[in-house]
Amino acid sequence: MRALKFGVPLLLFVLLAGFFAVGLVRDPREVPSPLIDKPAPAFRLEQLHEPSAAFAPEDMKGKVWMLNVWASWCVSCRVEHPLLVELSRRKVVPIVGLDYKDQRAEGVQWLAKFGNPYALSAYDVEGKAGIDYGVYGVPETFVIDKAGVIRYKQIGPITPEALEKTILPLIRKLNA
Amino acid sequence: MRALAFALLMGLSGAALAQSAEIAHPDAATEARLKGLAEELRCLVCQNQTIADSSAPLALDLRNQIRVQIAQGRSDDQIRDYMVQRYGDFVLYKPPFKATTAILWLAPFLLILAGAVALFRIVRRRRTEASLAPTVPEKSRREIEKLLDG
Repeated sequence: MRALKFGVPLLLFVLLAGFFAVGLVRDPREVPSPLIDKPAPAFRLEQLHEPSAAFAPEDMKGKVWMLNVWASWCVSCRVEHPLLVELSRRKVVPIVGLDYKDQRAEGVQWLAKFGNPYALSAYDVEGKAGIDYGVYGVPETFVIDKAGVIRYKQIGPITPEALEKTILPLIRKLNA
Repeated sequence: MRALAFALLMGLSGAALAQSAEIAHPDAATEARLKGLAEELRCLVCQNQTIADSSAPLALDLRNQIRVQIAQGRSDDQIRDYMVQRYGDFVLYKPPFKATTAILWLAPFLLILAGAVALFRIVRRRRTEASLAPTVPEKSRREIEKLLDG
């Protein structure tokens, strides 16, 4: 009886502390995306640099590629940008930009200033494609496989750690 | 971390500049349905606010998106599904009951049950203890009552 008297509160405490510990470590901004392992939502948008030309995700069928959501107003995009530039210089994977709720001139200027790692950028001025991709914290990056299925989503800037440990191995695996 | 928070904040304030507007001539019936829906959807940019409360650009876009869908004659369930498909169950302030949310829904009932069991056991123990307590013989009790009555 005495063991129960001490044991039960202790057990409850450990259980609660366990929940709190997990809650402390997890980032509440990282919400698991329901789009993982689903086909990348279709859109057809003007290109940022060439308004007369369009881009649709199905243009990339048969390739492993990355869709990177960015904007000139997005300050944390600058954090990950050198990584993307380096990635495109090494020609590891084609990167398509989605310029999200931006002014065209400012977007173009931003890329001229910081370097353009994108094969092309689609211009999502209304943010509708962004909504279809569940974008809520620019920058966001999607890795999409040859069949056009989303395999990974990075919310917030790509970190060197995420790139080396998750994204690059995944791209190698998908290309194999 | 602080730098990241600052960057996010700057990103948000920048986003405010690119903001579109709430529609000019709202229709009362649509707005009422919008309000009902938007109050049970979480804004993912500022997570403790609903889409109805939040002034984040994304919340505004989503409110407008809901207006468009109401105009298209879609049902509340269809609109909720639209949000869940894009942002996951997390957007719902009333998450559905399934394997990953079972603990969320069941924990209160399990706790009440555990409390009831504990209460029942304590009461029963007290009752047995009370019945085991020494009783005063009838003769002594009459004497006590007499004394108390004066």
